[in-house]
Amino acid sequence: MIDIQNLDIRFGANHAVRGISFHVGAGETFGLVGESGSGKSTVLRAIAGLITEWTGGIAVDGKALGRRRDRAFFRTVQMVFQDPYGSLHPRQTVDRILSEPLAVHGVKDADARILRALEEVALPRAARFRYPHQLSGGQRQRVAIARALVADPRILLLDEPTSALDVSVQAEVLNLLADLRAARGLTCILVSHNLAVVAHLCGRLAVMQGGRIVEVLDEAALRAGKAVHPHTQDLIRLSHTLESA
Amino acid sequence: MSDPSLRGEPLVAVRNLHVAFPSATGVTQAVRGVSFSIGREKLGIVGESGSGKSVTGRALMRLLPASAQVRADALRFGTTDILAASEREMRSLRGGRIGLVLQDPKYSLNPVMTAGSQIAEALRAHARMGKREARDAALNLLESVKIRDPRRVHDAYPHELSGGMGQRVMIAMMLAPNPELLIADEPTSALDASVQSEILSLIEEQVDQRGMALMLISHDLPLVSRFCDRVAVMYAGQVMEELPAADLHKATHGYTRGLLECLPSLTEKRDRLPTLRRDPAWLAPHA
Amino acid sequence: MSAGPTPGSPMADAATATAAVEPIPPDAVPEAAGAPSPRGPGGVPRRREWLLTDAPASRSQAAWGRRYQAWLAFRRNPLATVGLAVILVMLLLILLAPVLATHDPGIQELGNRLAAPSAQHWLGTDELGRDVWSRLLYGGRITLGMVVAVVLLVAPLGLLVGCVAGYAGGIWDRLLMRVTDVFLAFPRLILALAFVAAMRPGVESAVIAIALTAWPPYARLARAETLTIRRTDYVAAARMTGASHARIVLRHVMPMCMPSLVVRVTLDMSSIILTAAGLGFLGLGAQPPLPEWGTMIATARRFILEQWWVALMPGIAIFAASLAFNLLGDGLRDVLDPKQR
Repeated sequence: MIDIQNLDIRFGANHAVRGISFHVGAGETFGLVGESGSGKSTVLRAIAGLITEWTGGIAVDGKALGRRRDRAFFRTVQMVFQDPYGSLHPRQTVDRILSEPLAVHGVKDADARILRALEEVALPRAARFRYPHQLSGGQRQRVAIARALVADPRILLLDEPTSALDVSVQAEVLNLLADLRAARGLTCILVSHNLAVVAHLCGRLAVMQGGRIVEVLDEAALRAGKAVHPHTQDLIRLSHTLESA
Repeated sequence: MSDPSLRGEPLVAVRNLHVAFPSATGVTQAVRGVSFSIGREKLGIVGESGSGKSVTGRALMRLLPASAQVRADALRFGTTDILAASEREMRSLRGGRIGLVLQDPKYSLNPVMTAGSQIAEALRAHARMGKREARDAALNLLESVKIRDPRRVHDAYPHELSGGMGQRVMIAMMLAPNPELLIADEPTSALDASVQSEILSLIEEQVDQRGMALMLISHDLPLVSRFCDRVAVMYAGQVMEELPAADLHKATHGYTRGLLECLPSLTEKRDRLPTLRRDPAWLAPHA
Repeated sequence: MSAGPTPGSPMADAATATAAVEPIPPDAVPEAAGAPSPRGPGGVPRRREWLLTDAPASRSQAAWGRRYQAWLAFRRNPLATVGLAVILVMLLLILLAPVLATHDPGIQELGNRLAAPSAQHWLGTDELGRDVWSRLLYGGRITLGMVVAVVLLVAPLGLLVGCVAGYAGGIWDRLLMRVTDVFLAFPRLILALAFVAAMRPGVESAVIAIALTAWPPYARLARAETLTIRRTDYVAAARMTGASHARIVLRHVMPMCMPSLVVRVTLDMSSIILTAAGLGFLGLGAQPPLPEWGTMIATARRFILEQWWVALMPGIAIFAASLAFNLLGDGLRDVLDPKQR
């Protein structure tokens, strides 16, 4: 479904991503793990078309992509951002936020779709005409998820979708994402610094450090602690100490 | 600096603290009857956003907006009654006897001053000191917060420092006047996990070495319990439960248990995460 | 602005403190029972309920509710309400000028020059014996008309140039901003003079000349705002919807630039009036015998010590109009931001 070949990203002197390759199958959820500055979010933004300074190959659904993305691409691929406070327009109501993608793509039954999207992410109808600042953090992230899904994409890019949320809300959002993924058969890439979150949602994951993928392993190997690379081992150890506290 | 007559007495005494924010649409009760005391120890205050944990910390330094209505049966730091203290007394408390470390050094450090000059300024604000003397003291402080190359960092501007490094500078600045209490409000939530524990270990070490008290405010229950002696869990402006950090796994309150259980785990595979069921009884005012 | 250490920034700390409170959605909006209709038999209270409902049934109801809440928020600001009232009164006065004027503003009565206020001439007469009150009323049409015309030309132009430059960046940014700099580099009045001199002196030329010299600050302001806005996640999210650049600039970026622009516009009102007066004084703006507030002051300057009322009356009018616009702008800025409500 998603094929990344030798992706290289530079911003001036900053070599953010250094020739990485990976493949994500249809219906799979792939994790990208690393500390800040490892380049994991940059990879996601390059796939989404938000960054144009890349070289290498990005293919979605068998089609190689260029720097500029057409409208059809954004119907297939959608993204949920880390900060629900920043990713919703502060002057637009939830209704307006959700109708925007529908208007762009010329979707007909906008009203019904908005109501369905709200229901799908378990937001009350009363939230429809609220502004983002009138909602809690968890509700905002639900709006962001509803916006991503309202035009029926097949691929969802998740950039730290729960790291700005309280742990109790994180659990709710992670459950919601798992449900939606199952119901819609979504292909996902999840970027996170939290190994436990990645292990919870992803079947396979890549560990990134300094712009490179240092190791790709599956969930079972991760849980069993069968990592080879020292950086992965460090991350796992850290995660364990926090959990056992 | 510490008053010998205070030994045995708690450094901070808070009894029945209430904080309310009136607004055009009604009054928001942010803190509703919180009581605790801190001696020479490390107290963790844990809660989710909106639980009133930060407001409690700020009430202690009287750093709340002017519109806030604060009342308490007692709100004392040492012998100072914080509710009655003059603005002048408060200034000598803030950044003098009480240090505050905030979440993101990117915003709490002055972007147009070098790290060293900010530390020197903090030093000179509370003690008479020459320029050269202040510089040496600043370098010493940078060394004590485990910065490998203090000279480079001394002359660096905040944007040239990484998040962890910035937070170390922030801590050095707060340690400068030798405070008796350090309030750390989410000091590591903007940092990577590996840096997080380094910073908290540093805070722990400095607090122990200098015999300070620590009030660590955070949303991260497991993390806090690793570095504190006692943990108070807050919800909707009240303390739900206060217990020794070592006994966290024995917590009885539904909210504390819920917070611990809803975390995804690396060791154990679960299809669905248990979500927190908020019991309306938790909202009822405590006696 | 110092984002300094703890004791240094009570403001920033206070701000984060309130942000950290994050109450349960602060809606003190009364719950509406049932499904109220806008034209219910209950009359006014029913309509209020319909407007303020927590769960609007339709998009238009929500939109009207928002407008009503904006109005309520506006009314809570007494100074802004005063500003609005003053402007409305002024508009009413100049619209009714033919009814309210006691004399023809152009008729000269040379035997009665520079008369003090009296029952016959409420605000006295000017150096050609024309009635000041009547000239003030008719002059308002020209002066306020010029101000409004300038603003209508300047604000959208500056907004568009600034937003496009800031959003597109690169070569477009450099090109548009250098053009802006060129306009900014000339002294305002001199540039306006040159334009009017090249055209025919008159009110229309003055409006265009002032507009040409007034837009660069707006473009700068809009660009500065856009530079921060375009980096935000909500603009990235808008791009992820597949929206065109034009749509993003028009529907997502521009609304965020509006508040600072509105404030800037209202602060500029008085200087626009004064520039118009300056042009009029030099014979390049409103042509005599047209009454225009700025020109009226300019000509009355010669006898300001002996016959002070001649200059004072239009002065008061300009002062009141400028102040009212400033107050109104302050209130509007708050209302434009839904977070302030």
